[in-house]
Amino acid sequence: MIDRRPSLRFGTGSRMLAVLLALGFTSLLIVVAGASPIESFRLLWEGSVGTSDKLANTLMTWVPLVLASAGLVVTFSAGLWNIGVEGQIVMGAVAASWVAREVHVGTPTIITVALLAGLVGGLLWGLLAGALRVYGRVNEIFGGLGLDFVATGFVVYLVIGPWKRAGIASTSGTDPFPREAWLPTIGNKLAPIAVILAVLAVVGVYLLMRGTYFGLRLKAVGANPASAFIVGIRTHRYLLAAMAIGGALAGVAGTIQAIGFQHKLVPAISGGYGFLGILVVLLAAYRAALIAPIAFFFVMISVGSSQLSLRLGLDSSIGGVIQGSLVLIAILVGGWQVQQRARRRSDPAAES
Amino acid sequence: MSLELRDIRKYFGSVHANDGVSLKVEAGSLHGLLGENGAGKSTLMKVLSGFIDADSGDVLLDGEVVEMASPRDAVSAGIGMLHQDPLVFLPFSVLDNFLLASPGRADRGAAARELKRLSSTFGFAFDPDAPARSLTVGERQQLEIVRLLWLGAKVLILDEPTTGISASQQALLFETLRTLAAQGMIVIFVSHKLEEVEALCNRVTVMRRGQAVGEVPLPAPVERLVELMFGRAVEIAERTPGHPGAVALELTGIDAEDRLTSLDGLSLTIRRGEVIGLAGLEGSGQRTLLRTCAGLIAPSAGTIRLGETDLTSRGYHERRDAGIHYVPAGRLEEGLIQGVSITEHFLLCGTQKGAVIDWSQARSAAEAKIGEHSIVGTTESSAESLSGGNQQRLLLAMMPDDIEVLLMEHPTRGLDIASGDWVWTKLLQRVARGAAIVFSSADLDELLRYSDRIVVFFAGRVFKILEARETSPDRLAHLIGGRDQP
Repeated sequence: MIDRRPSLRFGTGSRMLAVLLALGFTSLLIVVAGASPIESFRLLWEGSVGTSDKLANTLMTWVPLVLASAGLVVTFSAGLWNIGVEGQIVMGAVAASWVAREVHVGTPTIITVALLAGLVGGLLWGLLAGALRVYGRVNEIFGGLGLDFVATGFVVYLVIGPWKRAGIASTSGTDPFPREAWLPTIGNKLAPIAVILAVLAVVGVYLLMRGTYFGLRLKAVGANPASAFIVGIRTHRYLLAAMAIGGALAGVAGTIQAIGFQHKLVPAISGGYGFLGILVVLLAAYRAALIAPIAFFFVMISVGSSQLSLRLGLDSSIGGVIQGSLVLIAILVGGWQVQQRARRRSDPAAES
Repeated sequence: MSLELRDIRKYFGSVHANDGVSLKVEAGSLHGLLGENGAGKSTLMKVLSGFIDADSGDVLLDGEVVEMASPRDAVSAGIGMLHQDPLVFLPFSVLDNFLLASPGRADRGAAARELKRLSSTFGFAFDPDAPARSLTVGERQQLEIVRLLWLGAKVLILDEPTTGISASQQALLFETLRTLAAQGMIVIFVSHKLEEVEALCNRVTVMRRGQAVGEVPLPAPVERLVELMFGRAVEIAERTPGHPGAVALELTGIDAEDRLTSLDGLSLTIRRGEVIGLAGLEGSGQRTLLRTCAGLIAPSAGTIRLGETDLTSRGYHERRDAGIHYVPAGRLEEGLIQGVSITEHFLLCGTQKGAVIDWSQARSAAEAKIGEHSIVGTTESSAESLSGGNQQRLLLAMMPDDIEVLLMEHPTRGLDIASGDWVWTKLLQRVARGAAIVFSSADLDELLRYSDRIVVFFAGRVFKILEARETSPDRLAHLIGGRDQP
């Protein structure tokens, strides 16, 4: 079987080139929109890391993005386009919210149980997409997308149905969780446990993919399932395991969103971090070590872009444009390099 | 009119798909292009029809070089290609398909009349408004033929056109091709099926290992054609007889099916230290037997035993653990993994020690195996960067020591002579230690030189089982061609 996944093996050089091209492109857009690019980038910087409060906000946005991205590194390495990551975040958040609402004990216990519940919720949702793929031959892209809609529908049902606020049913969310179920913070927002979990996830996935037999086999299954099977790997188990790990990390991301950031269940609980995570992982070319800085850069753009609309009258969607064009240009540059290499290989004169 | 290919070369990395092929065909001929899979026929025809660019060499029509950057250029030069799967757009109507590639503005009425006229010439019957989906594969081919003729094709290339069409459609197709040739067209018929080429063509070019190894007017003796396809076998003066030991693999009454091939009640006992060669034209059932033994095809009847153990209901991985090892022909498709290093390949197939990889130890172990198997490459080389010979060496190096039965497809396909000899030296060492080997090959010499027994397949079934030392190259060639005489 021929590998049908696009190649994403581009080097650091082309990644830098892509960043420069994307910055050039967005500068052009900003100029066309009638603002100064330099002023805009300064505001992005100030708006995201300018004050300790803003930095805390940025970090708390960074955490779920990093968790989801770390899980995606595992599934993408196994050759699975886990588009279902959004639904896995949502189901993690739902499971954690249930604990936060229903379990009334001390903070350490609630938080531990909520994190475990969120992990399991995401894991099962991921495993479901994996089982559909392995046993039902449903492509994980379509299965995942379907399960995203199911999860989103489910959370809306909970928010306006069984978990609705006393007296009124509103899509603005459930009642806030009891204080005992909130992740403890330093200052207003920053929850150290969340940051620690995100760092652990990145380090864990890095070690898993770099240093273990499991990670190597996962990579082999992703690169060529037919060969991997013949070599002796039970490919189905590894596909399921990858979906379980990806789902579990997404579930933890959802938990952080619920008990560490929103402190209630809202319909948009995933925050779009699953889809944004896909962009992060594409730009990182599936490398865990690059997840943390790239995710931070993305979050700076997301959080900081609100300043652009306040101060320069630009639409805040400019942040999404920068992120999208960055990934698009990086993939284009990578594809162009692959083409160049192929051309050199097929030229017989260049071989001798 | 004449068509000439001059010194066509096309390399894919280290694979020489076409290695200086020249061919000349005159108007009015039905020219066969015969060869096993991987011989380079398809590559050559793709070059001729503008699908791929040759690295060097020229295509000439009537002595003039034709420049082809795309299939469109080929079509406008008058070269039409009929693919194995006809390029028909299923949701469109017959007439829409007919019109699809017409240059300029199409007049539907005129086109419909042309379709009717051309079809009736050959005895085809189409409803122009019927969806193409409702046509059989044979009718889709017919549609393609009239479409290409309407576009002005003077050269018609047919790639394995008889796959999946009925006998009566095949008869009609052959009749059509004869008519076209009689009208002065050039028809090139690509096939690995000997009997079809014999039935249709008046000349045949045989390809082997990327080269045109011979051009023969037809009819010709079958053993001559098989010999060209499979290579000449050197009469072996002295052949060390094997020392078969206890029963290794025992097949009893196996029924199994895969695509158009089937095993019907096959019983075969393979002993330790025995080498069994599987001979036959490509796709005659050799792969079905190997994959049934490997556990990749489930037999519908019969039993498979390894020594005392019944393996019939066990899957591929369980059989692999039990000592049955399968090495398919596609080295980079079903054996090695692109983007994964040599060291990592050894780790993937070796025994796992703990969960965490000790990289420095893994590298030195890989270093030792690279030396032992003379692989040209480093511990960090990726599989696809190796030459074919070195990929095969890597596959051999990855095999565990305690294999009882080795199932191998085309052990030396695409390798130079030195690499091929080396592969067999290693394989025979395993045989000497008591392993049994079952291998398929498209090389008469390899089959006769290394096998103790040869299973000949023909038309999807086991045709004959022979003692290799009592078999002459001529007789084997006859049997592969489906002829049996005492």
